[in-house]
Amino acid sequence: MKFTLKIWRQKSPEEKGRFVTYEAHDVGSGMSFLEMLDGVNQGLIAKGEEPVAFEQDCREGICGSCSLVINGIPHGPDRGMATCQLYMRRFPDGAVITIEPWRARAFPIIKDLVVDRRALDRVMQAGGYVSVNTGGAVDGNVLLIEKDQAETAMDAASCIGCGACVAACKNASAMLFVAAKVSHLALLPQGKPERTRRVKTMLDAMDREGFGSCGNQYECEAVCPKRISVRFIATLNREYLRAGVVESGLPAEPESPHAESA
Amino acid sequence: MMKLDPKIPAGPLETKWDRHRFSEKLVSPNNKRNITVIVVGTGLAGASAASTLGQLGYQVECFCFHDSPRRAHSIAAQGGINAAKNYQDDGDSVARLFYDTIKGGDFRSREANVYRLAQVSAQIIDQCVALGIPFAREYGGQLANRSFGGVQVSRTFYCRGQTGQQLLLGAYSALCWQIERGQVTMHPRTEMLDLIVIDGQARGIVVRDLVTGRVSIQTAHAVVLATGGYSNVYYLSTNASGSNVTATYRAWKQGAAFANPCFMQIHPTAIPPGDEHQAKLTLMSESLRNDGRLWVPKMAADHRPPGDIPAEERDYFLERRYPRFGNLAPRDIASRAVKTVCDEGHGVGPGGQGVYLDFADVIERQGQDVVQERYGNLFDMYNRITGEDAYQVPMRIYPAPHYTMGGLWVDYNLMSTIPGLFVIGEANFADHGANRLGASSLMQGLADGYFILPYTIGHYLATAKLSPVREDHKESRAALQRVTGRISRLLNAKGRRTAASFHREVGKFLWDHCGMSRNKAGLELVLRSIPALREEFWRNVVVPGSGEAFNQELEYAGRVADYLEFAELLCHDALHREESCGAHFREEHQTADGEPTRDDTCFAHVAAWEYREHAVPILHKEPLAFEFVQPTTRSYR
Repeated sequence: MKFTLKIWRQKSPEEKGRFVTYEAHDVGSGMSFLEMLDGVNQGLIAKGEEPVAFEQDCREGICGSCSLVINGIPHGPDRGMATCQLYMRRFPDGAVITIEPWRARAFPIIKDLVVDRRALDRVMQAGGYVSVNTGGAVDGNVLLIEKDQAETAMDAASCIGCGACVAACKNASAMLFVAAKVSHLALLPQGKPERTRRVKTMLDAMDREGFGSCGNQYECEAVCPKRISVRFIATLNREYLRAGVVESGLPAEPESPHAESA
Repeated sequence: MMKLDPKIPAGPLETKWDRHRFSEKLVSPNNKRNITVIVVGTGLAGASAASTLGQLGYQVECFCFHDSPRRAHSIAAQGGINAAKNYQDDGDSVARLFYDTIKGGDFRSREANVYRLAQVSAQIIDQCVALGIPFAREYGGQLANRSFGGVQVSRTFYCRGQTGQQLLLGAYSALCWQIERGQVTMHPRTEMLDLIVIDGQARGIVVRDLVTGRVSIQTAHAVVLATGGYSNVYYLSTNASGSNVTATYRAWKQGAAFANPCFMQIHPTAIPPGDEHQAKLTLMSESLRNDGRLWVPKMAADHRPPGDIPAEERDYFLERRYPRFGNLAPRDIASRAVKTVCDEGHGVGPGGQGVYLDFADVIERQGQDVVQERYGNLFDMYNRITGEDAYQVPMRIYPAPHYTMGGLWVDYNLMSTIPGLFVIGEANFADHGANRLGASSLMQGLADGYFILPYTIGHYLATAKLSPVREDHKESRAALQRVTGRISRLLNAKGRRTAASFHREVGKFLWDHCGMSRNKAGLELVLRSIPALREEFWRNVVVPGSGEAFNQELEYAGRVADYLEFAELLCHDALHREESCGAHFREEHQTADGEPTRDDTCFAHVAAWEYREHAVPILHKEPLAFEFVQPTTRSYR
């Protein structure tokens, strides 16, 4: 098989990017999309030209590194998979394929198809955890968790943090990403103590990083390689509403400054 | 002269760790904030260690080459994590997990380390539950278990087929908390390229910022390497493409002993290699062997479609050779059996590299729905990669390099032969001996990071004399020069061959002669051939672009350069070990019916190699004393 590739090339964040056309020859139908790109790059390197920069690592759809918009769709034409799980037999021989990076204000381009996704890490640092120290945890069976509840939490926790949801959204919103984490922890008893604070700090961080707001178009769900449901965005909204109600009560008295010297 | 002192506490096995912890010195809370610890790598071991050290009050500088700490390759572990909880009341205990692990490792690991691992295993599960990890549950709300990988109890905890992902995201979330608190400073997209040793102590690392290309010096009071394994030396493996040997290899060159490099696990159930463009081998979960049956045609070079081959013309070779364990034989044994039948010409698929993994019987017995429920996602994955429907035709599988039991030598405190350099997780050699059991790597990574290193590093920091070091110390400058020198050599070779072509060549060579079975002639051939390949690499490699910018090919070429040296160390070790044990099979040492023969008289030791410039590395031996268990022949027949 052979293909014509229109690939976004951009030397650095400051410089302007453009599409460059490459031909991919001798592509086997059993090759993965990334192996096809490897082949193009090997040809460029052998000529002493800079290869196309793109991200990948595990190549089995779990690390969340790969981040290509293929013919306008993050992770390509099929649902429920990451770019690395896409195989060339999916494309007709001779097809023209356009390849672009994630495009979002919060994801500045580093080079070619590689973007900076640290904004997602910073949102997680704002509250995407349970604050427990190592050691001293109670036995794992002390708090029973309903099977269905655990399964739903697991559905949410499957998020691989690739950012396709942001790339697909016309508002470049990270709502599905935040919703997955907030829902995962809100569903489990271990996440309950910080539930109220978490939803607010994570959403504040999301706004601060320049992600947009949700427009209810569900494009995020359509491209999510783990098929995370937009129902979790509804959960997120409920959690946020709940936090507003809970927080309107009286704040707890701060500890008396003399308590410690007693 | 290097000395190997394993520092194993004396006394009964059951109380070694408790007594050791009590005898360790502590760092006072006020002093901790003045102590900086570098942690390299953010997989299960690195992320759990960095977060726990941060929580204890140390200043942690944490590095990873990925764009986010959450992408480390621990994320891809599928099956589960073992713990001696005995929730099923099926006879499990710390002692049994200890014994299974030491026997599974073919009696080539330290009793004291393995016992401690089994002891802390239960705590790991509690910790992970507290972090909000959504383990599988029973209807009554209790934690669910499954049995895994050649053991007779059900002690594996799991999150669907994504256990590694959930455990890593748990450790990552703990890390996020410590980053938010200012205890950990995270340096993503930053690769360690050398180790700085001052006055015999590890005091820092040289790193390259992968976005700007800037090379800089980071100093600290101690350095922790959690940089994973080196399966990618074989080019094709189940590892992520970024996984590499560079950090541990550079530490070796600065004086850390490398232990048992030839102990390398080949996983039996990966999708067979296809064409030469293939970049990785995809693992199909070991759990498939619970219901699938492995077979090949009895007649060699039989090219009939599998459905046309009647039952009596099929060889269910694992069931034939190992009737007691059948298709559930441990990984090393199953892999070798697959290789044997393929070498004898019975292999199926392209190049005869593959055997059938057939679900027809279970589908007939229990229906396709049941199989779909259990393994649906794996069948989908297989279909996507091969274009074949495994409900209709049997899967084809072939073994693939998967995990490395070898690694930097560490003592009971997880410290290498360089004081102040600690090594945890897959990067060290300690607990799995010559073969690792399924669902044990996650256990070891988290045991090291959450529960062992944070104690043992404290004793070192409390007792070692650590004078302040400056970034412009002559050793730091020398390390920096080594790094910049290599980078410019790579960029200036301006040859005609890509780094990948060298990587593929050395990997194929190793796979053929130092893979699932090894012999003297083959190993010597590799050792004779590698220097020329390496020489060609430095003369003829082409790395486009600049060192002062984002340059993925430069990163990769540096890693390939290290594989081209490390491959020799691997072969020296395989050559020295004149026995067959665990994953290491020397063709000279087998019984008449092809079973491995271990030699406890001459080889009950850890082989720890010391680097020498331009010379064969020096072998040091740490004898393995078995005080509490009696090494037996590992029979699965």
